[in-house]
Amino acid sequence: MSTISQPPHFAAPSAEEATAPVLIRGARPYGDEPTDLLLRAGRIAALGAQAAATAAELAEDGTPVLTVEAAGQIALPGLVDLHTHLREPGREDAETVETGSRAAALGGFTAVHAMANSTPAADSAGVVEQVHRLGREAGWTRVQPVGAVSVGLAGERLAELGAMAESSAAVRMFSDDGMCVHDPVLMRRALEYVKAVDGFVAQHAQEPRLTAGAQMHEGAVSAELGMPGWPAVAEESIIARDVLLAEHVGSRLHVCHVSTRGSVEIIRWAKSRGVDVTAEVTPHHLLLTDEQVRSFDPVYKVNPPLRTAEDVEALRAALADGTIDVVGTDHAPHPDQAKECEWVDAAMGMTGLETALPVLIATMIETGAMDWRRLAEATSARPAQIHRHAHLGRPIAVGETADLVLVDPAERRTVRPEEHATKGRNSPYAGRELPGRVRATFLEGHPVVLDGALATSRTGRTADRTVAP
Amino acid sequence: MKHLLSTASLAHADASAILDTAEEMSAVSTREVKKLPTLRGRTVVTLFHEDSTRTRVSFEAAAKRLSADVMNFSAKGSSVSKGESLKDTVQTLEALGADAVVMRHAAAGAAHQLAAADWTDCAVVNAGDGTHEHPTQALLDALTLRRGRAAAAGVDPRGTDLAGMRVLIVGDILHSRVARSNVWLLHTLGAEVHLAAPPTLLPVGVEHWPAAVHYDVDVALAAEPDAVMMLRVQAERMGGAFFPSAGEYTRRWGLTDERLAVVERLPGPARDGSGAMILHPGPMNRGVEISSAAADSPLNRVLDQVSHGVSVRMAVLHLLLSGDRGPDRAAEAASPAADPSTDRSRP
Amino acid sequence: MAQTPETSQVMSASDLDRALTRIAHEIVESHRGVEGLVLLGIPRRGVPLARRLGERLARIDPGFSPEDAVGSLDITLHRDDLRTAAARTPEPTRVPSTGVDGTTVVLVDDVLYSGRTVRAALDALSALGRPATVRLAVMVDRGHRELPIRADHVGKNLPTSRDERVSVVLSAVDEVAAEDEGVLIERGRA
Repeated sequence: MSTISQPPHFAAPSAEEATAPVLIRGARPYGDEPTDLLLRAGRIAALGAQAAATAAELAEDGTPVLTVEAAGQIALPGLVDLHTHLREPGREDAETVETGSRAAALGGFTAVHAMANSTPAADSAGVVEQVHRLGREAGWTRVQPVGAVSVGLAGERLAELGAMAESSAAVRMFSDDGMCVHDPVLMRRALEYVKAVDGFVAQHAQEPRLTAGAQMHEGAVSAELGMPGWPAVAEESIIARDVLLAEHVGSRLHVCHVSTRGSVEIIRWAKSRGVDVTAEVTPHHLLLTDEQVRSFDPVYKVNPPLRTAEDVEALRAALADGTIDVVGTDHAPHPDQAKECEWVDAAMGMTGLETALPVLIATMIETGAMDWRRLAEATSARPAQIHRHAHLGRPIAVGETADLVLVDPAERRTVRPEEHATKGRNSPYAGRELPGRVRATFLEGHPVVLDGALATSRTGRTADRTVAP
Repeated sequence: MKHLLSTASLAHADASAILDTAEEMSAVSTREVKKLPTLRGRTVVTLFHEDSTRTRVSFEAAAKRLSADVMNFSAKGSSVSKGESLKDTVQTLEALGADAVVMRHAAAGAAHQLAAADWTDCAVVNAGDGTHEHPTQALLDALTLRRGRAAAAGVDPRGTDLAGMRVLIVGDILHSRVARSNVWLLHTLGAEVHLAAPPTLLPVGVEHWPAAVHYDVDVALAAEPDAVMMLRVQAERMGGAFFPSAGEYTRRWGLTDERLAVVERLPGPARDGSGAMILHPGPMNRGVEISSAAADSPLNRVLDQVSHGVSVRMAVLHLLLSGDRGPDRAAEAASPAADPSTDRSRP
Repeated sequence: MAQTPETSQVMSASDLDRALTRIAHEIVESHRGVEGLVLLGIPRRGVPLARRLGERLARIDPGFSPEDAVGSLDITLHRDDLRTAAARTPEPTRVPSTGVDGTTVVLVDDVLYSGRTVRAALDALSALGRPATVRLAVMVDRGHRELPIRADHVGKNLPTSRDERVSVVLSAVDEVAAEDEGVLIERGRA
């Protein structure tokens, strides 16, 4: 329960000074001993006894202080997602920056990286600036646009990476995600070129010729179901090529949604050689397997496909030991008709922002595979470092940016996609009970989520109102 | 049994019930009056998203012999091919009063989706979905194999299964729903299944199947199968570089005249050297996977397969559409009063 | 079937035996011999009853050949309640190789109740051919007819209420010893 000691003032948009100080009582940072936290002017102002004392002083001086009771809740640094599809511009029926940002806030994300496969593609300064602006106007989370590597994601010639880097969106991450930069020469040039802007290339590793018409993981289940297979080697061969290219040209490579045991082994080998490579895994690849496809329910159709139980085990171990650096949601909302059809015609992708933390708690925390600190590192610190966001993914300490999420690990809830803030209803966890509910999300000290529901955005938007009063 | 979607999920008892019922349906086909009143007033819709006159006509004949009304809905050239969703089509059909939908579709799993979704209450029969399954084809093959062996032994096929039989399936296993349905069903019924194919036409993961895999047909024939099932090879597979040429395919995997001579000398189901049965789901590519002599051989059961197809489909429609409006089928089945052969308990 | 407090025996094994013998004599008498006589049992319990009647007919008149003239007639595919009845595999239908045209067919069943089984049997029979005469023999007639159908030969007329259940227990079907055969009536088992 949170109590508002005095009505906060929401009118002025995006001015941290306008947000009332917040006293969080009894939260457990990284699962450690309970403590109080005072958030003020966008930063963590005090911890422990000092926090409560300062809050009391402020109240005496007539400054309204929002008190949030967080007994039993874990405090984590705000989550940073390097892999989000917000669909806008072009597919506003699937998602908008506004709805995707709300979903992010409810999932505990204080920053998301909007992939470039919009319509038109985010391959120019104009589009990335538009997405960036829409994100700032929404004010539920930070929206950092990702720039396309190639024009129109066609894999033929480089997009204007420099212009996107210099734009107001300050793009550093470049990806054709959804499509693989399969031409080895283009990939080499992209890796070289991004060095000039201190950027990196995030690769969707999928050899297109080996996956023509592919519908699911190629293995025992695809053999039985008679579906064209997406072999693990189609991912692993591209990753192997790219780590060698990155080493050769001395650039930074990030591998999106690693899905196979073999990919993990290649990345481990590359890291041991000193290649500047980082890797990501999605929550769904940590939980679901190709056995789900037996239902023929297109909600399980995703790219890369759900793999085997052995792959899931390898991915969990790799995330725990740091071979895989980060978790990225690959949140991919689709309208109902894109999933209410034959499997072969269905769109690939699953929603993920609002279920990411619960899935991670189920797969990594409750299994004992990793602790809350490693979880915070994989979901916040490392992704921020990869993108070189100096002020994000910071530890919970006095003076740091007040991006925080409070999660109740004990509360178990049944996933109901119709209750989600994302427009997409394509959650593969529908009907499944998952642990861990996000109780509150603070964006630079501003409570965007309270009591597990949307509060107000930093720009004064509410769940019912998208224009500031 | 509410739907027939695959043989992978078909229990031995259900498969046997279908085959035994099909025996009675075959008997009807030899009678003076070839029609039964069983499904009078019921409507069966054939919904074919893929051309297959043979299968559609077989289902239509089956439904009509059981006195059902049949509506044929060819999705080719209809609104379906113009972007109408499967969901809308089926809801339209149900509004027309369909009790059963027989569906052929190019997408694997389409029949499963239909049965699993809340779109319809109809019984769904999978008449072939992509390269997944074609359960009634496997059932008619099983009926042909069972009858062939029973005839050779001079016994009643009813109540028997395929235990101890060895069946060799040759050809494009990778793209064959017929092969998949047969592997599961024949295995369930106790047969020993062998596959022979170019490695490019076997799926990755075939090693998990309950079947012995050969790359060499002659080695597979040396294992003395009781029946050889030749699969149709699609011309377009050559473009996909699955094998170098039709000529090479025929030489290495075709049922040539030379291999026919071997098949004719196999012990066969009669165990007397009278040869193995030859099966083919049709239509045959003479000169490609099967020689003309093999196609016309007395060992070839293709015509039996066609007539068994009608019997099996009658049996399936009968079993799916019996008791579908029952108040509580599970409770009824558990009650000793459920024996419907007498009317002593239920007026 | 074990006897319970609600179950009582209305015919014993020897009652059943005597009834079969009497019916066999009645059939011969009414048909004036065994020439052109065909017995068709309705599965499941009508089939062993027809076989036992056939044995008795052969004893009365050696001109009757049970192998040739006793068969079975499955009615599953002719029932009018398929929508509500549980799915069931049809039993074999076996008729004399010479067919049923011009013969006297005696349909044999265990219990006559609503009459719907017999109606279905008549339909099934008409699909097989055109007998000169069709007669009906049942072990028990328990009343409550819903159709204008009556039996020509009855083992026992048994007035019942609808919530009672009548079972003809036969060793060939119910896996009981011959001396445990008989007719049972159960109450409250509608």
